[in-house]
Amino acid sequence: MLSWLPEGVSTYARDIDLVFYVIYYITGFVFVLVTVLLVWFLIKYRRQEGRPAVYSHGNTMLELVWTIVPAMVFITLSLVSQSTWARIKAFAPPGDVEVRVVAKQFGWEFHYPGPDGRFDTEDDKMFEGELHVPVNKVVRLYLRSQDVIHSVFIPNVRLKQDAVPGREILAWFEATKPGRYEIPCAELCGPGHSGMKGWLTVLSAEEYRQWVEAQWPAS
Amino acid sequence: MSEAGAAVHAEHEREGFVRHYIFSKDHKMIGRQFLFAGLVMLIVGGLLAMMIRWQLGWPETPLPITGLFSEEFWDGDSWLAQTLPYGTITSEFYNALFSMHATIMIFFVVVPIMVGAFGNFLVPIMIGARDMAFPTLNMLSFWTAVPAYILILLSFFVPGGAAAAGWTSYSPLAAVPDYLGVAGPWGVNLWCISLIILGFSSLMGSINYITTIVNMRAPGMTWFRLPLIVWAIFIVSILLLLAFPVLTAALGMLLFDRLFGTHFFLPEGGGDPLLWQHLFWFFGHPEVYILVLPAMGVTSEILPVFARKPIFGYRAMVYSMIAIAFLSWIVWGHHMFQSGMDPALGTAFTLTTMIIAVPSAIKTFNWLGTLWGGSIRFPTPMLFALGFVFLFTIGGLSGIFMASTPVDIFIHDTYYIVAHIHYVVAGIIFGIFAAIYYWFPKMFGRMLNETLGKIHFFLTFVFFNLTFFPMHFLGVGGHMRRIYNPLHYEFLEPLQGINVFISVMALCLGASQLFFLANFLWSLFFGRRASENPWQANTLEWTAPSPPPHGNFLTAPVVYRGPYEYSSPEVAEDWLPQTRRVEVASAGGHG
Repeated sequence: MLSWLPEGVSTYARDIDLVFYVIYYITGFVFVLVTVLLVWFLIKYRRQEGRPAVYSHGNTMLELVWTIVPAMVFITLSLVSQSTWARIKAFAPPGDVEVRVVAKQFGWEFHYPGPDGRFDTEDDKMFEGELHVPVNKVVRLYLRSQDVIHSVFIPNVRLKQDAVPGREILAWFEATKPGRYEIPCAELCGPGHSGMKGWLTVLSAEEYRQWVEAQWPAS
Repeated sequence: MSEAGAAVHAEHEREGFVRHYIFSKDHKMIGRQFLFAGLVMLIVGGLLAMMIRWQLGWPETPLPITGLFSEEFWDGDSWLAQTLPYGTITSEFYNALFSMHATIMIFFVVVPIMVGAFGNFLVPIMIGARDMAFPTLNMLSFWTAVPAYILILLSFFVPGGAAAAGWTSYSPLAAVPDYLGVAGPWGVNLWCISLIILGFSSLMGSINYITTIVNMRAPGMTWFRLPLIVWAIFIVSILLLLAFPVLTAALGMLLFDRLFGTHFFLPEGGGDPLLWQHLFWFFGHPEVYILVLPAMGVTSEILPVFARKPIFGYRAMVYSMIAIAFLSWIVWGHHMFQSGMDPALGTAFTLTTMIIAVPSAIKTFNWLGTLWGGSIRFPTPMLFALGFVFLFTIGGLSGIFMASTPVDIFIHDTYYIVAHIHYVVAGIIFGIFAAIYYWFPKMFGRMLNETLGKIHFFLTFVFFNLTFFPMHFLGVGGHMRRIYNPLHYEFLEPLQGINVFISVMALCLGASQLFFLANFLWSLFFGRRASENPWQANTLEWTAPSPPPHGNFLTAPVVYRGPYEYSSPEVAEDWLPQTRRVEVASAGGHG
């Protein structure tokens, strides 16, 4: 089933997919176990003349086993999840490139701070629906929204973060492969929600330098 | 007939048509009323789902009804021509379709049928009471719900159409009428008002169930002799009593934001959009268990009857339901991992969410334990109960993925979630069908047709899985939920074949329900007469006539044992009703 996953192109895509696979195999095992037992019992213990049902109210030992074992597995899974989650969402590394994303009905605006590295100055530039970043560099996104809640979703990067009006939310990623990737909005945002999307263009270091020079000709 | 029975019957006869069928105070009639209301809404909600699948399978293609009307009709300004221009679903209408599909299925189908219909019908009779503690309040509870039903249906016909902000109505989208981009604000307004009214109905119902179960149990019916469905309704009533007012308050605030210029959920006035999400999901997650606990209760009733075995681990079943009820209050944040809520909170909610999976696992293993060593027969109610166990296993396991914060980053707001909620919530419909096939003889005094029932089960089971299982693949492929046209996205184009497949299967799933509809309506009038206890079951409702008269019992029942004494060595038969007194014949024998 997991072969349907889009190709991962960020540093943390592999970490997320790893947790995904761990849970997939554990739940897959439990699913097969329960289904096999279910079908087996239904066949084996179907009504047969002269074979009465076993009169039993349960078994405390079994109850304890199937309480404690799942509890252990689930607690382990939350611990496994925790470290990956914290690395992605709680502790963002310093950004090599910083972009302010302004979501609105129905599109993304990408604001670059320009050569001075500061937002809200004269050399800021805004690109409608186009996000250009260099490969192998940490990109910090500062998410804002003008109207309703939107959600930045870059499937290949394994990034999803809501943009909420009235707050600025930090998200980050480091792309590992040049290419063009779609950025749909993942949160229902109105009649134009479907089709609200932008493009992420991951450039090699040299291409990115050229792109920056083209946007901000040396003054 | 005993004297008391004759008196009860005479009282019943004296009622006029209106008192008996419309403004009835009899818990069984009110239960039937809720059942019919819920089934009508199930048809409405199902048809909405068919339209959703039509649009996703064949985006922006006119519906097959288009040819039924002339060109002039489609050029005209009738409601239909305006809502579906030339038979095509617009994005505005599509948003209304999925918002209303979910709202109707959750609030107007599952809760009314499980809690309203079966709660009402079963609670008094299974605990050995003549009626609910407050019969008039019970009647009021149903008749308060009726305007809610009418308003939610009317909302399709107001300017701008029905609510289109999702069943979750996230703000500011839902809080500011202009953001929805439709011709009028009354869709969401009526949505709020309808659910507020429904909240009052639910409040009256839950107070009544709690009081009835606490105070009106028959002699000998101790807490640990209660059937598990009664436990489920008891716990669900407490959850409803505590959770629904939170939603009502939030809906009131939303309505104020929309109508009177307050800013509870709007940042420009100092409000916070996340406040809505916290309030909504603080209600919403207990709500999920409000939906699923009764289906678990139904399954726990039916499995022992048809395995002819006591339920495995009765107390574990009760304690796990209580554990679910407590834990359900502290897991709501798992709906908000990507919302901008502090990521540290996400960690806490992961832990609680993983923990709440434990009692669900316990229940599943106990059902397996019940089947082990049984003498299992497979009439339709059993098939649907087993179907529920299978679907709940998948729905429960797929929930683990979302509980894990990093995995949720990817699958949040995708079809993976849609697959999960349908395996759980639409799986509950299997519990509903199980309950209908099982208690229909008691409710209406006639049997449903077994052959039609089995055809209904097999078609429903196959098409259900073919519809909802592939949605996992879509989700893993990154397919967002609530999008109008998947072909708007290049990365989803390779997945469109799955969408077409799902749509065909969903239409077949819908069509399979005609077997149920035909069976239900035919059996209601022409079905074989049901005996008092057609399933040879132990619980008290089967000691009353089918259908039971007003007042339920011809003689007041006394309870001697728990509800699941099947294949007990104490008696020759393989069932031992709760009311039957067994003389201790064997001296020194230990049962």
